[in-house]
Amino acid sequence: MNGGFWGYLANPENKRKLTIIFIIILVIVFASDFLVHRHHAVFIWDKIPGWSAVYGFVSCVLLIVVAKFFGHAWLYKKEDYYDRD
Amino acid sequence: MTGTELFIHPSILFIAGAFLIPFLWGNVRKVFLLLIPALALIIVASTAQGTYGSFEFLGREIIFGKVDGLSLVFSYVFTIVAFIGMVYSLHVEDVSQHSAAFFYIGSSLGVVFAGDFAVIFIFWEIMAFASAYLIFAQRDAASVKAAFRYILMHIFGGVCLLGGIVLHYADYGSTLFGPLQQDGSLGFYLILIGFILNAAVPPLHSWLPDAYPEATITGAVFMSAFTTKTAVYVLIRAFPGTELLVWMGTIMAVYGVFYATLQDNMRRLLSYHIVSQVGYMVAGIGLGSQLALNGSVSHAFTHILYKGLLFMGTGSVMFMTGRRRLSELGGLYKYMPITMLLYMIAGFSISAFPLFSGFVSKSMIIAAANHDHRAIIVLLLTLTSAGTFLSTTLKLPYFAFFGKDSGIKAKEPPVNMLIGMGIAAFLCIAIGIFPDPLYNVLPFPVDFEPYTGDHVTSSLGILLFTALGFFLLIKKLKPAPHITLDTDWFYRKGTLIFMWFARKPVGAYEGFITEIANTAIMPFIYAVARLGFRIDRNIVDKAVNGVAGIVMSLSAGVRKVQTGLLQHYAVGMVLGIMVIIFIFSVIVRG
Repeated sequence: MNGGFWGYLANPENKRKLTIIFIIILVIVFASDFLVHRHHAVFIWDKIPGWSAVYGFVSCVLLIVVAKFFGHAWLYKKEDYYDRD
Repeated sequence: MTGTELFIHPSILFIAGAFLIPFLWGNVRKVFLLLIPALALIIVASTAQGTYGSFEFLGREIIFGKVDGLSLVFSYVFTIVAFIGMVYSLHVEDVSQHSAAFFYIGSSLGVVFAGDFAVIFIFWEIMAFASAYLIFAQRDAASVKAAFRYILMHIFGGVCLLGGIVLHYADYGSTLFGPLQQDGSLGFYLILIGFILNAAVPPLHSWLPDAYPEATITGAVFMSAFTTKTAVYVLIRAFPGTELLVWMGTIMAVYGVFYATLQDNMRRLLSYHIVSQVGYMVAGIGLGSQLALNGSVSHAFTHILYKGLLFMGTGSVMFMTGRRRLSELGGLYKYMPITMLLYMIAGFSISAFPLFSGFVSKSMIIAAANHDHRAIIVLLLTLTSAGTFLSTTLKLPYFAFFGKDSGIKAKEPPVNMLIGMGIAAFLCIAIGIFPDPLYNVLPFPVDFEPYTGDHVTSSLGILLFTALGFFLLIKKLKPAPHITLDTDWFYRKGTLIFMWFARKPVGAYEGFITEIANTAIMPFIYAVARLGFRIDRNIVDKAVNGVAGIVMSLSAGVRKVQTGLLQHYAVGMVLGIMVIIFIFSVIVRG
């Protein structure tokens, strides 16, 4: 890996190709969860193949949406907020 | 358990070294800065378990050198990161920062080997002041203010700790450091508050994301390693299995990623991730099983390395571009590809990607929660994993290294910084692939295999589908120059309310009282004062003048010692402590 690899990632011309590769990886990861042996399933969701993918996606979206909501509604302040009296 | 062989307390090396640094220059100083951590690592790596350096003080036993499995594993990683941090900061010419870092490292090791509360308290306070210096040393208005807030918060924590220790001593007649009775007494909670303030547990966490982004570039690397992790260490010792900590840790893990999502300042984003990651450790301590405690220790170990690397990576970007906010950066992959690669290794480690260090440590804590059937804890800690990957490994590097080109043409940082990062990156990967050496030094025997099929696929599922969410919502995450409200509001804006209260209602009341005093009481007081003046001048003065003559000649002598400079007094105190440690751990050992 060098600057060339990063450059390839950053190049807008490769966006379509990279998107396809990313989707293929997602499919492989999702599918592989159906193939593994689950020997320490404790909770009901541990037995559902693909659960972690769904949970990861939902966590990410939830975190962004909720955090941004609170940010804009309340928490975001201008940078000089504490310098003003 | 009494050791008979020699144990040179590594704190002595660092604290004595701190005094020597100002007298060294050039390459001699550079060699010295690396030699001391290397020597300390060799010492702790070859030290046998046992109790060293205990002595009687005012009829009580004071222990400076309690060496067991737990203190050893922390001392390994502390000395390793001390070495890495010193490599990274070799180019810094300001010797006072090196000295402060040595004090900081030495006092952290002092806490780790302390056998009783009295010793812990002494080193706890040195840590607070030495680390505050690393913020002051940035020498701009914002950092000086932040450093004062930092030190005030830590003094508050220190006072709570001291109060707790006194009450504990009153109840149990001992200051020996070990698991505390879960008696729900005031002393128990005061010690807990003192410890969790340093561990940055909300709502006592705000000093961390407030101060770390204002520290010097190299200072922040040390700070990210020592303060919170010494707190984790003392919590493991004193509060294992405290149910309250399970919930505090889990809440703080989520709290940290929540706030990190909103940050623009790179180091503030990473600071919130310290809060979040320490949350895992605190939760593990609360769970208290052997698996959970092993998880907390190993996670502290890996965390120190990858978090140091994250701060080194962003520090390099700041050092070379002079900018600290994501909204001002972008497109740096062209100019700093090595820095980016090393940063990404740390990013994958903190996100617990398979083959990186976080994977073998974080999963132990979640497995322990699983084992105890704590469903909500497991779900929230897993959500935190997603959030960690989102902010640290996707958002920050995307907007700093890719994203919109900011037009900045930066270079790679100096070679010593790259080497420091390289060592940390190597260890992150090595631990991820070969976890056994780490597992072997954990305090309890390890019966845990991180690389099982379902664990790997479920981890990849969580992380890669988090990435999917990131790319779909990337527009929402575009950084903008904001700051966010947090609990520091209470002491930053709260003081303004206090000042208003002091000026307006209290001021009016005071005016009213003054009015009465002026018209009714003062004439009477004047009359009495005149009488007193006459007595004073004629009788008392003559006697006092005689005594004063003697006192003046005495104080002229004392004044030579009393320079009035705080640093001289501090030097005197620390020298005294060092001499005591030295005498009793090297000479009177046993």
